[in-house]
Amino acid sequence: MGKKLHVTTTINGEQVEFLCEARQSLLEVLRDVLGLTGAKEGCNNGNCGACTVLFDGLPVDSCLVLGVEAEGATIQTVEGIACDGRLHPLQQCFLEGAALQCGVCTPGFLVAAKALLDKHPHATEEQIRFELSGNLCRCTGYDKIVRAVMEAAKEMTHA
Amino acid sequence: MKDFEYAAAATLDEAVSLLAARGERAKILAGGTDIIVQLREGLREADLVVDVKKIPEIMTYRFDPASGLSLGAAVPCYRIYEDGDVAAAYPALADAARIIGGWQIQSRASIGGNLCNSSPAADSIPALIALGAACKIAGPEGMRSVPVEQFCTSPGKNVLRRGELLVSIQFPPPAAKSGSHYLRFIPRNEMDIAVVGAGAWLRMQDGVIAEGRIGLAAVAPTPKLAEQASRFLAGKPASEETFRQAGELARQSASPISDMRGPAQYRLHLVGVLTRRALAKAAERAGA
Ligand SMILES: Cc1cc2nc3c(=O)[nH]c(=O)nc-3n(C[C@H](O)[C@H](O)[C@H](O)COP(=O)(O)OP(=O)(O)OC[C@H]3O[C@@H](n4cnc5c(N)ncnc54)[C@H](O)[C@@H]3O)c2cc1C
Ligand code: FES
Ligand code: FES
Repeated sequence: MGKKLHVTTTINGEQVEFLCEARQSLLEVLRDVLGLTGAKEGCNNGNCGACTVLFDGLPVDSCLVLGVEAEGATIQTVEGIACDGRLHPLQQCFLEGAALQCGVCTPGFLVAAKALLDKHPHATEEQIRFELSGNLCRCTGYDKIVRAVMEAAKEMTHA
Repeated sequence: MKDFEYAAAATLDEAVSLLAARGERAKILAGGTDIIVQLREGLREADLVVDVKKIPEIMTYRFDPASGLSLGAAVPCYRIYEDGDVAAAYPALADAARIIGGWQIQSRASIGGNLCNSSPAADSIPALIALGAACKIAGPEGMRSVPVEQFCTSPGKNVLRRGELLVSIQFPPPAAKSGSHYLRFIPRNEMDIAVVGAGAWLRMQDGVIAEGRIGLAAVAPTPKLAEQASRFLAGKPASEETFRQAGELARQSASPISDMRGPAQYRLHLVGVLTRRALAKAAERAGA
């Protein structure tokens, strides 16, 4: 085993310290070191988006970030989306709209969609489809996912 | 993935000395969207990974309409197309930055990384060639500059020597009445590797094309400048016929292979079509 490096970072609003090897991805650290298993490993090469987290506010594939690169960064994972035990409108709309089957892609879609709606609260269907092109789903055929994001956008802008 | 040492260099000097000491066994980390995959899949090996994202010259860019754009090698793609001034001055660059991967990739992936990965199909390189950009390289012997069309030497290889790294990409100031465009053909709508890519830049004067440049990807062992086609443009009207003829000439400079993305014959056809379209859009943007 390689030498362990000490990293201090902020995850879902809390300061976190961990030890990891340089070769470990942020995804491995989240899941195997910190027990945050929301982000999923789909492809482990940047294509599927199942491992999406926000890194300093931007959606990234955590399988393509090294754990050591998290030093001093601010990270948000799907675990931080619900607030005070209440589901985020996106989560509610995914549930109500049956926008998932196996669910492996869901955390990634939720994080990417949240970033999208935070940036473009009135995102059009085309914008949603374009910006979520880095997230793959092999079950749903995408339509229900896109509808759920549109529905959540509607709710969030009326609230 | 085999373990390695990690160093986040704070200055260019520090990066150069780490790279010079370790040579081939050290690999540079920018956005990581190529190198992390390559290390994981065993396509490349490293004892030391040098993160360059803490080096100010590499992570920042400066644009001034009078002096041009100096783009730090590791600046992520999203910062390019989100800057309206840069995107308007160098539309082909913004076109490429917008289609490299999806949003997650663009949050990290850099133009310098795209260039240094030196894939024949790299999307940014034809745009950089068309825009007449140059690579600013730092190394043990100081700084040097290389035109982008001379940077890549074969698939995955480039002119960087032991201890050298790319600092920035330098773009000439945007000329009056000029325009550019980059486009590629992929079988999907998004998130795929170019079957062929074409970048074009044009400058108009007195109602005709004063000069033009065409860059191509995925048609040869390295992205390339279509020299004959580029020279042909000078003095011609910005017409469909001119662009069609330039497309024919561009085909002659292409030497594509057949692979899973398409047979050589098909790629040659695409060179003609994409060159014509890239030029037409560049002309429209130049206000021709
Ligand atoms: C899902 C996915 C989709 C993709 N889609 C596309 C696409 O559509 N089009 C496309 O062209 N590419 C695509 N790529 C490839 C990749 O994202 C790009 O090539 C990207 O621009 C690489 O930049 P980076 O900053 O991530 O580079 P890194 O991975 O950090 O580095 C790439 C290479 O360059 C070297 N390097 C980096 N910076 C320097 C420097 N300053 N000096 C010297 N050497 C350096 C590294 O050592 C490495 O060999 C995709 C990748 C993934 C995973
Ligand atoms: S697991 Fe990271 S993109 Fe698929
Ligand atoms: S629900 Fe199974 S991959 Fe999307």
